[in-house]
Order: sequence, then C-alpha cells, then structure tokens
Amino acid sequence: MTILANILIVFFILAGLLFIVVSAIGLYRLPDLYTRAHAASKSSTLGVMCILIGVFFHFWLKENHFNPGILLGILFLFITGPVGGHIMSRASYLAGVKPWPGTVRDDLKIEVEKMKKEQGIK
Amino acid sequence: MSFQILLNVFLAFLWMFLSSNYSVSRFIIGYLLGLLCILAMRRFFKSRLYTDRVWAVIKLTVLFIKELILANVSVLKLVLNPKLELQPAFFKYETTLTQDWEITLLSSLITLTPGTVVVHVSDDSKALFIHVIDSDDIDETIDSIKNSFEKAILEVSQT
Repeated sequence: MTILANILIVFFILAGLLFIVVSAIGLYRLPDLYTRAHAASKSSTLGVMCILIGVFFHFWLKENHFNPGILLGILFLFITGPVGGHIMSRASYLAGVKPWPGTVRDDLKIEVEKMKKEQGIK
Repeated sequence: MSFQILLNVFLAFLWMFLSSNYSVSRFIIGYLLGLLCILAMRRFFKSRLYTDRVWAVIKLTVLFIKELILANVSVLKLVLNPKLELQPAFFKYETTLTQDWEITLLSSLITLTPGTVVVHVSDDSKALFIHVIDSDDIDETIDSIKNSFEKAILEVSQT
C-alpha cells in the first residue's frame, strides 16, 4: 500500500515537473507571443495541477490529512489558466503586436480593422 | 432543473421527518427514494430530468480532462522537436451557441485543446477568432473536435 501511494505521488509530481520544464523551454524556443501563449497557457496549467494533486495525495495517504483546499486550488487553476492565456494574447493583438512572419492566414486582422473603424480609433 | 433538485431535497427531508431519524444515511436513503418518485412522475415536468443533465456535465468534464492531457502531449512534442515546424494562423470559427456562459465554456475548452488558443470573440459573439499553431493538418480535425465540444455543451444546455 505504501509502495502504491509512493508510486502515485512520485508519478504526479514528476509529470508536473516535466510539463513545467516543457513550458519554460517553449517560452524560450517558440518564435512569437501567440505561439508562446500556447505553451504558457496549457503546459503550466497541467503542470501545476499535477504537482498539486501529488501534494494532495501525499498529505492524504501518508499523513492522513484530507485537505480540500488543494482541490479547490486545482479547480481555480483549471478555470483561470485558459482565460489568462486568452486575455493576454487578445490584449497584445489589439495593442498591435505583430505575429510571426510565417503566419499563414490572418482572419483577425480584417475584424480588428473593422472594429477600429467603427470606434474611430486609428 | 433547479426545481427538480429542490423537490428531491424536500422529499429527502420529508423522509427524514417521517422516520424521525436525522442522520446523513437517512437523508441519502430519502434522496434516492425521492429520485425514484421523480423518475416515476417525469411526464408532469416540462423540462427533462435533471439526472440527464448531470450526466452530460460529467461527460463534458471527462472530455475536458482528456483534451487537456492530449494538448499537453502535443505541445511537448512540438517544443522538444529539434526542428520547429510551425505554420501558425488565425482563423475564424462561426459558433451556433447563443448564451454567454456557453461561449465562455466553449472558448476555454478550445484554449485547452491541442494547438488552439482563442484570441478574440467578435462583438456580436457569433464568431471566435482562434490562433492555431500548425494549420495544415489540424484545420479539419479541429473543426470535428469542436463540433463534438459544441454538441456536448448543447447537450448540457438544452431544456
């Protein structure tokens, strides 16, 4: 039973670490803000969630302390992670951050230009 | 839906008072018996049974977790690949969902799907503008994934 619990804890914390490292490497390697938003909003959300699950299992199975606060933290991360990525990429697009030259198609440009014309912003 | 849940809780309390035993196990037994009553009386309700909707929410949650793990594996492959093979694109996606909470849920689902981030929601909230990281092979598969998401959300929201 202790071996099973240990395997579970080590697995979750290692997986979380892996995903966080990958998101850091992604922030370094990817070419522009929008592709970095992919790495930042997905990998770090799942990484931190995995580490929290590992911590939760550790305190539950080894110290016999059931802590629902950690579960609430996981839920809040789940809700706020994607919204943060969305808001940051939207704000930078509207502020005029240019996408990478390799970008193939840009439907958003037309929409943003239309929006700016309607509201009278140059 | 909320009326049915309230009725079920009320029936559970009624069962507790009938047996004058105020414990959690009595409440659970009363709740299950009340659920049976509501199942038997389902043709008197205008909306569908709330258990259907609870089941749809559970299915959506499982879908959400599955997509989150798949998304991370795809980001992992992309980032650790020695050659960066990117073809980013912004594309427009017309949605049929109308209510605000449905669109919010859909956009956070899309943000957690492999290779897509929602950048902008149009002012009339009929179209989502999505940034996709690798456009050539994903464009079609993403549409099918999103159809499954939209269908799952519609299943939750229909009365």
